[in-house]
Amino acid sequence: MPGRPLRPVGGGGNDDGGDGFGDLGGRVLRFLGSQFLVVLVVLAAAVASLTSYYQVEPEQVALVTRFGKYLGEPVQPGPHFKLPFGIDTVIKVPVQRQLKEEFGFRTTQPGVRSEYEQSDDTRSESRMLTGDLNVADVEWIVQYKIKDPYQYVFRIRDVRGTLRDVSEAVMRKVVGDHSVTEVLTVGREQIQVLAKNELQKLCDRYKMGIEVLQLVLQDVNPPEAVRDSFNEVNQAIQERERSINQAWAHYNSVIPEAQGKAEQQIQGAEGYATERVNNARGDVQRFIAMQTEYEKAPVVTRSRLYLETIAKVLPQAHRRVFIDDKIKGVLPLFTMQEGGKP
Amino acid sequence: MTRSAIVTLLVLVAGLFLAESSMYTVAENEQVIVTEFGKIVGDKVTTPGLHWKAPFVQDTHSLDKRWLEWDGARNQIPTRDKKYIWIDTFARWRIADPIKFFKRLHDERSAQSRLDDIIDGEIRNVIASHDLIEVVRSSDRKFERGSEGDDSQADEAVFTPELGREKLAALVLAKAAQVMPEYGVELEDIKLRRVSYVDSVQQKVFERMISERKRIAERYRSEGQGKRAGIEGKVERELLRVRSEAYEKAEEIRGKADAEAAKIYADAYNRDPELYSFLKTLETYKAIMNDHTDVVLSTDAPLLKYLRADK
Repeated sequence: MPGRPLRPVGGGGNDDGGDGFGDLGGRVLRFLGSQFLVVLVVLAAAVASLTSYYQVEPEQVALVTRFGKYLGEPVQPGPHFKLPFGIDTVIKVPVQRQLKEEFGFRTTQPGVRSEYEQSDDTRSESRMLTGDLNVADVEWIVQYKIKDPYQYVFRIRDVRGTLRDVSEAVMRKVVGDHSVTEVLTVGREQIQVLAKNELQKLCDRYKMGIEVLQLVLQDVNPPEAVRDSFNEVNQAIQERERSINQAWAHYNSVIPEAQGKAEQQIQGAEGYATERVNNARGDVQRFIAMQTEYEKAPVVTRSRLYLETIAKVLPQAHRRVFIDDKIKGVLPLFTMQEGGKP
Repeated sequence: MTRSAIVTLLVLVAGLFLAESSMYTVAENEQVIVTEFGKIVGDKVTTPGLHWKAPFVQDTHSLDKRWLEWDGARNQIPTRDKKYIWIDTFARWRIADPIKFFKRLHDERSAQSRLDDIIDGEIRNVIASHDLIEVVRSSDRKFERGSEGDDSQADEAVFTPELGREKLAALVLAKAAQVMPEYGVELEDIKLRRVSYVDSVQQKVFERMISERKRIAERYRSEGQGKRAGIEGKVERELLRVRSEAYEKAEEIRGKADAEAAKIYADAYNRDPELYSFLKTLETYKAIMNDHTDVVLSTDAPLLKYLRADK
């Protein structure tokens, strides 16, 4: 049933599917002839309704041209009607969409973990000369959107290709004014900003109708063949830092110890000083005390002190020998008794 | 009925055919010229919309009004300083005078090949008469030395280009643009897209880069050694300073104490020097005598004066 819904209308309810072709053709012609204007109008209406409705998606605007002439304002998203039979033509432009171009690599599988691909083509996109005539591989992306759909469509052919050409030229110009060291390390930020500004300027000059949202450097590397030597430089920097750190470590282990020892030495001296002075005071006080008493009875005290000392000292001596002036020749006695005890 | 229908149909078809051949549209991005038996009639038609022409005898030729692309083939060119490089350029152009364009070039394909001839030649001339560095640099911007303190590009760091990349491209554009009007073409821009070394030169450049990096690496290492030696020297200096300062201070303290002690002693002992000397002598006896001492006393000694009978 759904396979032949037009039969009842076109054939007027006749069901003669078994008839020969010639007979059928004749009938249709005859029918068409009799209802010619009606058929024509119906057909025209069908085609008109099919070609006059169009829908603009939320991210798009539509440019409508009538006999090729642009009608002015872009048409905003929603369902719309236009003149049929190709009188009006609709060109839809995704103005809200963020578009992206990649240079030096291609994303083959975007996702949580995107996959990238590089080939000889992308390598010649990324390989460029730096300002000191060295070589670097610079990869970057440009994110942009269409800010003027009229320019985008009508002012320049192949906007995407032009954007790619201009981006490459701009990036090489900027990198050509930086040294390889700057390109690989400290200059990244500046290169991004300069290239983005220059690119926007050229897009405006070429009337591409594009707004450059972002230009972001991706991997920036020295070429494969020289990468090892660049790593060697990094290692050498690490080595230098290590040498310096080790030296400071040595400094830190030696100097505080020496300072401690110095402190010890000074404290020792202070101790000595205190002791020396205190002892002196003690000695002096003892002397003064002694003197005070001595003055009261000098002769007696003097003899007593003398004799007390002798009494203490003499018994300690190894030998005590008393010699009378009148007795001669005692010396041989000493030699004979050498080593013996009294 | 049937016959009139057929007649109507025929009239309609004929009408449509006539209309089709006497009307044409010009799109927003088009410009059209009209020819009659191959000869151009009238001016170019640039206003977009519906237009009329004489049916059957006149033909229309639509040309693009937009900026069009030109993509140069990669060219191997030696620079003035004999460095072989690949130069890859692009240009943008438009059909400024469609009538001249149609007469001289007829279509875009022949225009592309004419552009190839003219632009390639001019690029060759300009590049070959300038040094490589002129093709790379576009300003006299001074290189930052970077956090690494890299001075490897000391020579190029202060380079001031005579013209530079942008102006060389502008020179090519100016020269090439001179011959364009006779073709009805206007060159809008020419840019150097890619500049790269040919393989044999690139190999040499890589070798130079490697040796340059090795030199830099070596400098970092020796810089590390130097700094280390410097710090070690500092250790030595600091050590000697700390020790000697401690010695100085300790000796000073000791000396002061000795002096004070001496003063204390002197003040007190001066009250009776003879007594002091007596007491000290006795003390000395105690100190100097022990069990190794032999004491030999004369019987004349005061100690023994009572030992002698004659006293």
